[in-house]
Amino acid sequence: MTFVKPAVHHKRLEKNALGLTVRDYEGALSTLCAGCGHDSVTAAIIQAFWHLSIAPHRVVKLSGIGCSSKTPTYFLREAHGFNSVHGRMPSVATGANAANRELLYVGISGDGDSLSIGLGQFCHAIRRNVNLTYILENNGVYGLTKGQFSASADVGSKAKRGEENRQQPIDPVMLALTLGATFVARSFSGDKAQLVPILEAAFKHQGFALVDVISPCVTFNDHVGSTKSYMYTREHYRELVEADLVPLRKPIEADGARAATTQVRMHDGSLVTLRGTEPGYDPTDRDRVYMRLREIAKAGEIATGLLYVEEGGADMHEMSATTETPLVEVPFEELCPGAAALDKLMSQFR
Amino acid sequence: MGEPIRVNDFAIRIATVNGTGSASANGMLMQAIFRMGIPISGKNIFPSNIQGLPTWYEIRVSGEGHTARRPEFDIVVAMNAETYGRDVADVRAGGWLLYDSTWPLDPALASRSDIHYLGVPLSALCAEGFEGARTRLLMKNIAYVGVLVALLDLDMEIVRGMLEETFAAKRHLIDANLSAIALGADYARAHFACPLPIRAQTMDATRDHIMIDGNTAAALGCVYAGATVGAWYPITPSTSLFDGFTRFCKKFRHRADGKANYIILQAEDELAAIGITIGAAWGGARAFTSTSGAGVSLMNEFLGLAYYAEIGCVIFDVQRVGPSTGMPTRTQQGDILSNIYASHGDTAHVALFPADPGECFTMARDAFDLAERYQTPVFVVSDLDIGMNDWMVPKLKWDDAYRPDRGKVLSAEQLEQMDAFYRYLDVDGDGVAYRTLPGVHPKGAYFTRGSGHDKYGKYTEDAAKYTEVVDRIARKVRSAKERIPAPVIERADGPADFAIVTVGGCDRAVREAIAAYAKQGVRVDYLRVLGFPFADEVEAFLREHAINYVVEQNRDGQLRRLLLLETGIERDRIASVVDYGGLPLSKHAVMSGIARLRPDAAAPESTGLHSKLGARA
Repeated sequence: MTFVKPAVHHKRLEKNALGLTVRDYEGALSTLCAGCGHDSVTAAIIQAFWHLSIAPHRVVKLSGIGCSSKTPTYFLREAHGFNSVHGRMPSVATGANAANRELLYVGISGDGDSLSIGLGQFCHAIRRNVNLTYILENNGVYGLTKGQFSASADVGSKAKRGEENRQQPIDPVMLALTLGATFVARSFSGDKAQLVPILEAAFKHQGFALVDVISPCVTFNDHVGSTKSYMYTREHYRELVEADLVPLRKPIEADGARAATTQVRMHDGSLVTLRGTEPGYDPTDRDRVYMRLREIAKAGEIATGLLYVEEGGADMHEMSATTETPLVEVPFEELCPGAAALDKLMSQFR
Repeated sequence: MGEPIRVNDFAIRIATVNGTGSASANGMLMQAIFRMGIPISGKNIFPSNIQGLPTWYEIRVSGEGHTARRPEFDIVVAMNAETYGRDVADVRAGGWLLYDSTWPLDPALASRSDIHYLGVPLSALCAEGFEGARTRLLMKNIAYVGVLVALLDLDMEIVRGMLEETFAAKRHLIDANLSAIALGADYARAHFACPLPIRAQTMDATRDHIMIDGNTAAALGCVYAGATVGAWYPITPSTSLFDGFTRFCKKFRHRADGKANYIILQAEDELAAIGITIGAAWGGARAFTSTSGAGVSLMNEFLGLAYYAEIGCVIFDVQRVGPSTGMPTRTQQGDILSNIYASHGDTAHVALFPADPGECFTMARDAFDLAERYQTPVFVVSDLDIGMNDWMVPKLKWDDAYRPDRGKVLSAEQLEQMDAFYRYLDVDGDGVAYRTLPGVHPKGAYFTRGSGHDKYGKYTEDAAKYTEVVDRIARKVRSAKERIPAPVIERADGPADFAIVTVGGCDRAVREAIAAYAKQGVRVDYLRVLGFPFADEVEAFLREHAINYVVEQNRDGQLRRLLLLETGIERDRIASVVDYGGLPLSKHAVMSGIARLRPDAAAPESTGLHSKLGARA
């Protein structure tokens, strides 16, 4: 079986500023299960890149291992991709970014890849504030190995065969907030209208941007009793912040009065408009965001939106005072001190 | 006492407590002798500890230029009561024991009648001469240097000059050090016949040389080779490599605007360190990491990825004693096999084996060229002895005509001209495919993966397509032998009685043994492997000799095993001589090891000690 899409484009497809259509941002055909949440995330990624008119070859897409980590092949065929080892995408992304700071880095991971085997690298990429959009396709289950609980499975959530999870989940959003992440969002693969603008803001963010996306596994975790199913997510979904272009959405709680609009200027000068859907929610106040998210989690609801953003923090390169020129482009003549300098240095070793 | 006078041929062992400042005193002693133009080497035998445990520093002086460890000590300076027992036992018969006679001679020290006792009331002298406990402690070290200055007839003007350079901005420290030296030297001259029969005499054998450790030299090599991304996790004995890289980058790698032409990332562990290195190399930078065996163990999965996805990066393994935590501050060559065959599945990695800091410098450069040329991980297999001890080597030199060999990298212009680019296609038939860097051109895009892929870079689970790629990779890595430094081969005058094959830091001890054999009329041919895959000369050399002794520093004879696996040589033509207790190799270990396998070969000429310090075969 081959996965080659026809290169013929529908002539009425809209073009972006680069003259490219959405089709130019696609990749190979997905081999995931029909209805997989991850494919919706892929579609949102394609839409966001197209909408922002980002040249595909200036993007680097990376992943670890797992169903989610397969997805970088399904978008941006003209971007370099790197499917690395399980749980270690953050370090590979860190290195690639170290070499060339000018490209746009997007990492795709899953809850197994990020919260179990890769928890350490996930945390340290946040700590280092690598300029990377980190999309965590979160389904609470190990898909490729057929249905084991992951570390994000909620207490009481049931596996397909009825077994109930008793261990506390690791919530990547709370973890990222605690670790000082400067961009923390959560969305749902079933809500493209919310996800696309969040991704756009994440791509614009200077530093580590976590986008946790509840992305149900139709094969192993979409049954009654699962807390990561489409139905459960839809029923317990609570959008706290609307970002940028999202059309006004009716809050789940009918009496939720709207908070004031917050505008955050991103590194490249673009503005993201955040509209709180409940009074007093300020996506730039880390402590209060943390508190509110805990309350919502305790109530059994899933907080979504661009939950926290802090622009202007120093990323890895700023902390290292690296030259603006990508290191790959610094000429060798500038890197090698030369024979005379070496000769002079030798006197220190006598 | 009838001791014959021996000029520029002695070894000293200084026993102290770590954290008391003895390192700078010992360094001063070394430097003074080196500046007198006499070949010298120093071995720091230190604990995995910051303060309070026994530590030894060994200095060997050899006018003939032998700088391997010599575990036969003419003088032992016993400054640590905790180790008196073994320190007194370490003095060769007829040698000298220098101790602090502020207190009565400790019974543990007084046990031998065949050595000379030299008591100097160092603590009392320093208590009188200096104020403050810390100063007194530090100056006691300088005072024993003073005693040795007198006993060995060192050039006081050189010592004075060194102090003036070191403390140029701190006049009071120059004076304090000079008076501490005078305290010791004056006391020695007043109470002992100075100099001793063993003594130093100015010569001119170090003029074009430096004293440098291998980690510093390797770091400098990375700077000169144009490395821009370094990722690491602290681990003895490799840490000082990144200390050096940081220092040299600060000196040489800042642009006019103050911004850095490099990035150094201290990773959360060795997995991340190699991941960052691989990511950066994939992105187009010259990237490296340094670690020790425990770190390489953690890096294994990633190394398989780099091998299979064909990403050229450099790993320095500064080996220490394993397995497990082993003895972190002792040296060994125990990682040869785990480096070469790192990771699951079929792998074999290119490796370079420096013998001294000079080769750490040149091989750092070579490693980057090989990594990029062959698009594969390259190990520089150093060890604690090379990496952390100061070695005398010729001044490092650089050819300004050098330009990095980036291998087959397609530019935007080249990609523009192409119909299609496929990452793993063997276009030139040499096993090395073309690569592209991210961000350069849309046509250069490809998907890098550690999962099965065909020559077009597409995912595959097809037997034939998988096999085609891994066979090409095997061919590619084998072909690296053409660019790996040729083995060092030195032939005896006339037909050899046997051959010695060795690797890395064993070089100097083996050469000294060969010189000793030559004096006894035994002819020995010599080969040192400089890299893997082995050059064809290696097997040809083995075949020339009925018996080859493979000398190395690990229990299992890993180089010998590698030779058996990777050449066609018969088992009975290569025998193992191993020394793996964690100390730098000595001539005695080599010769007694061979003597055990070969009753007709001479044992080392001996003054008694080696039975407990020597090799086990």
